[in-house]
Amino acid sequence: MTAMKRRRGAALLAGGIAATMLLAACGGSSDEAASDSAGGDTAAEETTETTETTEDAGAGDAVAAGCEAYADMMGNEGSTVTLFTSILPPEQQLFEQAWADFESCTGIDIVYEGSDQFEAQLPTRIAGGNAPDIAFIPQPGLLAKLVESGGPVAAPASVSANVDSYWNPAWKAYGTVGDTFYAAPLGSNMKSFVWYSPKYFAEWGIEVPTTWDEMFAAADAIAAAGVKPFCGGIESGGATGWPATDWLEQIVLRTQGGEVYDKWVAGEVKFDSPEIKGAMDVLQGWMKNPDYANGGFGDVQTIATTAFQDAGGPILNGECAMLQQASFYANFWENFQPGTTIAEDGDVFAFYLPEVDAAVAPNPVVGGGEFVTAFADRPEVQAVQTYLSSPEFATSKAALGTWVSANSGVPLDTYANPIDRLSAEFLTNPDGTFRFDASDLMPAAVGAGAEWTEMTAWFAEDKPTDEVLKAIDAAWPAS
Amino acid sequence: MEELGAGLAKVGTGVAAVAIVLGLLLLIFFIGARAKGRLQSPVAIVVFLGPAILLLAYGLIVPAFRTTVGSFQNASGQDWVGFANYTWIFTAPGNSTFLINTILWLIIAPVLSTGLGLTLALLLDRMRRESVSKSLIFMPMAISFVGAGIIWGLIYEYRDPSKPQVGLLSQVVMWLGVEDPPNWLLWQPFNNFLLMVIMIWIQVGFAMVVLSAAIKAIPSDVVEAAELDGATGYRLFSKVTIPMIRGTLIVVLTTIMIAVLKIFDIVRTMTNGNFGTQVVANEMYAQAFVAFDVGRGSALAVVLFVAVIPLIVYNVVQLRKERAIR
Repeated sequence: MTAMKRRRGAALLAGGIAATMLLAACGGSSDEAASDSAGGDTAAEETTETTETTEDAGAGDAVAAGCEAYADMMGNEGSTVTLFTSILPPEQQLFEQAWADFESCTGIDIVYEGSDQFEAQLPTRIAGGNAPDIAFIPQPGLLAKLVESGGPVAAPASVSANVDSYWNPAWKAYGTVGDTFYAAPLGSNMKSFVWYSPKYFAEWGIEVPTTWDEMFAAADAIAAAGVKPFCGGIESGGATGWPATDWLEQIVLRTQGGEVYDKWVAGEVKFDSPEIKGAMDVLQGWMKNPDYANGGFGDVQTIATTAFQDAGGPILNGECAMLQQASFYANFWENFQPGTTIAEDGDVFAFYLPEVDAAVAPNPVVGGGEFVTAFADRPEVQAVQTYLSSPEFATSKAALGTWVSANSGVPLDTYANPIDRLSAEFLTNPDGTFRFDASDLMPAAVGAGAEWTEMTAWFAEDKPTDEVLKAIDAAWPAS
Repeated sequence: MEELGAGLAKVGTGVAAVAIVLGLLLLIFFIGARAKGRLQSPVAIVVFLGPAILLLAYGLIVPAFRTTVGSFQNASGQDWVGFANYTWIFTAPGNSTFLINTILWLIIAPVLSTGLGLTLALLLDRMRRESVSKSLIFMPMAISFVGAGIIWGLIYEYRDPSKPQVGLLSQVVMWLGVEDPPNWLLWQPFNNFLLMVIMIWIQVGFAMVVLSAAIKAIPSDVVEAAELDGATGYRLFSKVTIPMIRGTLIVVLTTIMIAVLKIFDIVRTMTNGNFGTQVVANEMYAQAFVAFDVGRGSALAVVLFVAVIPLIVYNVVQLRKERAIR
């Protein structure tokens, strides 16, 4: 009997130890999460901080030589700001390089975390009480949604002042929800470009088009030479379909003008309206034209299964002539062929997707960008926000290449890359008709949901235009 | 130095937290161990089951409850909408695609996996180097669905027939004399089956290993008796082997069915639900985390949850029966 009891006691003890270990494991992880935001030294930091070498240099000192620009942001030595973004390496390293000086001067440690599941993970992390200090939100629609459910904190006055002095007012409106200004723009991309190969254009005897009609005349000439003139790819994992929404936006802005565009974004002009249907018909004769697409890949349907990253490949070997894609596509050419030069006389370059009618929309530009949204109002977080909205940061980042800011405080000659300079010129053009990517402004159920899937079905299954447009309208939230 | 100090302080805090929890638990277990007489058994039950039930409640029951509540609310979870989300699932145009696809998946993938697994188990049963072939067939089981999706994505890759091919399937089909292979992932409705092939490829190893063990567990006297009575080949298989492993067969089938119900990774990796390949689980993800419609996402989750219940009940009942026989 006693032996029996002793054995039971031992079993209870063993169970206790096992349970403790389990609890300790849980407790450990939450400890770590807490220390992440409170200023710590976790393994994650070590792996992301690849460029920082002068960690202790600024700590303790007052304003050191070369740190004058950061005078207002001092006083937060040894603190940590966590950053969550969809921007992945190699661009991550460029960001870290750009703010290395800021970090060493102010002693604020920016812990970078990139994820390709950013849009899905961010709301989950906020709901789970594990929000980052700062997130780069690439879709104002997502920002509005997050504000609605709580999380983002209003931007401090210093950020607001920076945006007022350096950005077109349109940008501030895009970072504002209701009457509260939340998020300053960070990088920008100019989506109204058409990529082409200067070498093959010369071979085919084609001039770079400057009007809409010239572009299609060129396409016809190339098609007559036996090459499908346009290529495109809209496959993008969970975001499959977005390049197709960009094409539609370009046409809507060019043929219907900024006002219709804004009403379309607001849901006042339906997808199933004569305006948008007209734009779809233009797209039908362009990217869905079997004589024009899909150069280098096959028939029009292959647009749906071609990764957007791969779409430009055939341009380099003359199997396709033109690809409508954003300025950031400059980063992809190296993947197809190491050493590809991007220049007017190089292997590949881009021309401005021409305007259709100057009376409807002069110099139309569709662009995109990220917005620096904070989820905490600690002084070090606000210091980072202020810095990221300053011309100093934008210039420092732009000097590293393949990145454009619509911040007018950046001198145009900072951009070493001709594409970036061209983008900045259009993005800061006071006479241009600038509009933000419409699908990023629409409710996520439309702009990141139905419009993506329906446009994909339009290409892949040749789903009738009317059905596509009605289905997108049906996804528009009721309220 | 500062950092080291801060680090040590943090480690100290961690150790202290662990020590406190450990102390508390030791106290509870100590009291539990001291309980005597009438109290002994209830106290032991509480001490052993308590933590598990607490964790289960926190990790499973509470979320299930909240999801159910959420399914009756609107997109942002602020207003009540009654059964609107459920009505939407079963009546909205276009939604029939993922409902029908899920049913197709539910029937075809488990039946083919189990059937193939059984065939392989029988064939390999008398082969030399059985373990080597079995290991090879079982190996895909170790590959994640996303990894498998990427591998098969390369196999199904399409290129214009006049150009050098990238995808293995297109090239093989062209070697066999088909001049114009389809763009596989767009090839409706067969693209659904091409996705199921991946699931079967992964699950067949599981089915084979479990069924093979069941076949080997059939008492040899039963088989000998049947053989003495003149049963051979197919008769032996259908009248002796199958009835003897019936319970295992059902368990394998239902287990794969449950795995198929929640299939999401393969579809998301390969097509993201486009081209008519959507299934309930991926639609749930798209609604909840892409369109941020928590209401519809929750309702779809509840539908899956309800669909899984009969399978699990049946599975458990079968296991019980099996145990009762032995």
